[in-house]
Amino acid sequence: MTKVTMTVNGKAVSKEVSGNTLMTEFLRDALHLTGTHVGCDTSQCGACVIHVDGKSVKACTMFAAEAEGAEVVTIEGMANPDGSLSVIQQAFQDHHGLQCGFCTPGMVMTAAKLLEENPSPSEHEIRDYLEGNICRCTGYHNIVKAIMAASGQDVSGIAAE
Amino acid sequence: MPKDHGIGAAQKRREDVRFLTGAGQYTDDISVYGQTYCAFLRSDVAHGTIKSIDTSDAEAMPGVLRIFTGKDFEGIGGLPCGWQVTDKHGEPMKEPGHPVLAQGKVRHVGDPFAAVIAETLEEARDAAEAIVYDIEELPAVVNMKAALEEGAVKVHDDLSDNLCYDWQFGSDQADVDKAFAEAAHVTTLELVNNRLVANPMEPRVALGEYNRANDESTLYTTSQNPHVIRLLMGAFVLGIPEHKLRVVAPDVGGGFGTKIFHYAEEAFVTFASRQLNRPVKWTSTRSEAFMSDAHGRDHVTKIELALDAENNFTGLRTDTLANMGAYLSTFSSSIPTWLHGTLMAGNYKTPAIQVNVKAVFTNTVPVDAYRGAGRPEATFQLERLVDKAARELGVDPIALRRQNFIDSFPYATPVAVEYDTGDYVATMDKLEEMIDRQGFEARREESRKRGKLRGLGVNCYIEACGIAPSNLVGQLGARAGLYDAATVRVNATGSISVMVGAHSHGQGHETAFPQVVAEMLGIDESMIDIVHGDTSKIPFGMGTYGSRSLAVCGSAMVRATEKIINKAKKIASHLLEAAEADIELKDGQFTVAGTDKSVAWGDVTLAAYVPHNYPLEEIEPGLEETAFYDPSNFTYPSGAYACEVEVDPETGRVEILSFAAADDFGNVVNPMIVEGQVHGGIAQGIGQAMLENCVYDENGQLLSASYMDYAMPRAEDVPFFQVDHSCATPCTHNPLGVKGCGEAGAIGSPPAVVNAVLDALNAGGMTVDHIDMPLSPHRVWKAMQG
Repeated sequence: MTKVTMTVNGKAVSKEVSGNTLMTEFLRDALHLTGTHVGCDTSQCGACVIHVDGKSVKACTMFAAEAEGAEVVTIEGMANPDGSLSVIQQAFQDHHGLQCGFCTPGMVMTAAKLLEENPSPSEHEIRDYLEGNICRCTGYHNIVKAIMAASGQDVSGIAAE
Repeated sequence: MPKDHGIGAAQKRREDVRFLTGAGQYTDDISVYGQTYCAFLRSDVAHGTIKSIDTSDAEAMPGVLRIFTGKDFEGIGGLPCGWQVTDKHGEPMKEPGHPVLAQGKVRHVGDPFAAVIAETLEEARDAAEAIVYDIEELPAVVNMKAALEEGAVKVHDDLSDNLCYDWQFGSDQADVDKAFAEAAHVTTLELVNNRLVANPMEPRVALGEYNRANDESTLYTTSQNPHVIRLLMGAFVLGIPEHKLRVVAPDVGGGFGTKIFHYAEEAFVTFASRQLNRPVKWTSTRSEAFMSDAHGRDHVTKIELALDAENNFTGLRTDTLANMGAYLSTFSSSIPTWLHGTLMAGNYKTPAIQVNVKAVFTNTVPVDAYRGAGRPEATFQLERLVDKAARELGVDPIALRRQNFIDSFPYATPVAVEYDTGDYVATMDKLEEMIDRQGFEARREESRKRGKLRGLGVNCYIEACGIAPSNLVGQLGARAGLYDAATVRVNATGSISVMVGAHSHGQGHETAFPQVVAEMLGIDESMIDIVHGDTSKIPFGMGTYGSRSLAVCGSAMVRATEKIINKAKKIASHLLEAAEADIELKDGQFTVAGTDKSVAWGDVTLAAYVPHNYPLEEIEPGLEETAFYDPSNFTYPSGAYACEVEVDPETGRVEILSFAAADDFGNVVNPMIVEGQVHGGIAQGIGQAMLENCVYDENGQLLSASYMDYAMPRAEDVPFFQVDHSCATPCTHNPLGVKGCGEAGAIGSPPAVVNAVLDALNAGGMTVDHIDMPLSPHRVWKAMQG
């Protein structure tokens, strides 16, 4: 067992972990932050995306011990300080960008990182950036639309609705 | 102005807030005090005899509490099949046993034959790997045609062969034979409906908990229908009476059919938790999901269409082999028969139709319902066939469809169902407008200049939803009723909890169902909550599948709300000292017709629970009503879909440029949710047509058991979709006039994609009759080479 100390959603945490504890297990089991989901075992689905020191990371691909000293943000840390939905979260609700909700935390975390890097992405850029996130419910239509809307683009001309 | 409230309003979903903030509670998010962990040891061969299982070393490992094998389940029931199909000779289907843990033989890769319970998941997995076993591998049977050959390896030694049933259905043989004998033209097509894996993003999870104090078991599980699981597991597998068994399906991360069925893991954790007197949790890995979740589709079909000299459809006959896998999953037997054969008329007035289906056992994972369940298979055959007929006859494929459309309703098909409403001309007109068909040839020319082959594919679909009249399905072999139930509980202050038998796992019931009750009562949706997914809170229910929730459970909710209104009017008439017949309910106020006397909703509900001034001699206090609703017919959503593609003639790569869907769902409660359902369905249909394929090798090894090998549609694989549901012909036999929208996209889209690619190739000068899905670049390129 090793002691690991990090900041998660602005709070300092310190726990004993074994060397092979995955970050997903650490967040879900040790910290009870169950918003980070596990949808596969090959790092393909993206339901577990979190931010570690400002980078988006699939939490199933790193050990908890690797996050020593890191600033970690999970879906539970994405709302505004007053608890209201952030711009991206609100856009997902406004544009029906989620159905069962299981892939949603990873989608929101990935979308947040995309908009940091590219504040006004095109449809193609969004679809390309979501390459590592699988959604089975929405057909991506409303996810792409929500991300465009969150970036301030006019989505009223997009097919349907 | 669009409505803000009630039926027809595109209300934002209230459930989204918890999902967007990580506060959803899925089954794996639930942990209980004293919880132990379970790991299954699964067969790595497709077929084998279990010679020995030695658990002694594994039992001595750290944290191990107990190891179970098939022997522990001797004398305990197996997993039941919920639908008995009768074959064409009047004999019942063959129904092999399906033990919770394999006994004697393993019959598919992934078949569980031992399970370890340990203090931690890691300890359970380590111990499972330490079990010493000797399984003698036997030849496996994977291909359905080979499975039916004389002398083929048998999946089940106690059965005479691998044929589950040989089913025939439809018109008289003589009528069908006559249609073909007199035909001016016959079009024939052989095709495969590729095997798929549903792949909801949340893998299955089961957590069993036993309370020795009151002898009650609780199962938390990723299910679309907790009451069905309680009934099947309690009555047929473990012998636990319903009042001692609670099944909870909390937030469920997608289902698509594959979470309908009762699975071995559910029975196992419930059984083991009673044996150990400790809670037992199992969480599927994605690899386990690929080899233990029921698969979908997997039909091989020959279909023939007879046409007269004027191109009217005069006869249709089909021969299908349907893969059942190694065991009969819960509703497997009904999918290629009653959910497939009954849809073979499609949108057309073909007078003579015969459907033949042979269901076949193979050494593969069981096959059962996947989004659409039988109806996509029917639609694909028919709509590919009609396109081929149009090409052979040199006529416009849309015109050929229009000429043969059913155009008066109700319409009784030769395959037993009666369509109540529809307007296939209207949805096709709408589709042609949406896709700018007039401009297509110019677009094709523009593509040609860039060296690309452009194609347009169109098809129609019809489906039967809202399953189903219980007395009818009972005659057809269903071992359950298919009604649904709802309880409307009005609290003293006027807020309402509606307990519903339907289950929401992405469909947005928590938002849409209150819109119906709010509309009926004239109160705000925020006063109404939906409770679902817990057998201890809900009277009964058959769950969510087959696009039935609103049509069946929603109707039960309407009936219960009507009872509430009736009783509330009695109370109001007492409070207002007026005749009951004069009481009107509008905007949450009870008024006496023609006067300004009124009493508010909240005053009436308070009186029901504080009955100081109350007609106690006439009615009971309280305001809670339950209704069960059994539909009198299926509902028949229909529509017309179009896909436009560009094919790269050098590589065979297909790009989907646009996809349009014109649907008739009858009345719509929340258009935003309906459109989202269609989007998701289309993406799954495009996935089937372009990407997804569940592949076994000849030895029964599953080659596509991870997202590295099974191609799920990703954001770049699909375009924005154009969807429309304005051509509404309301259902005539349920109170909301709704038809159901959940499966349409997955049913209607595969033929449009394939028709589009074939249009591109044939218009580009090649002669290609058919390409089996998925249309990978390799397959398309090969087809282009002739």
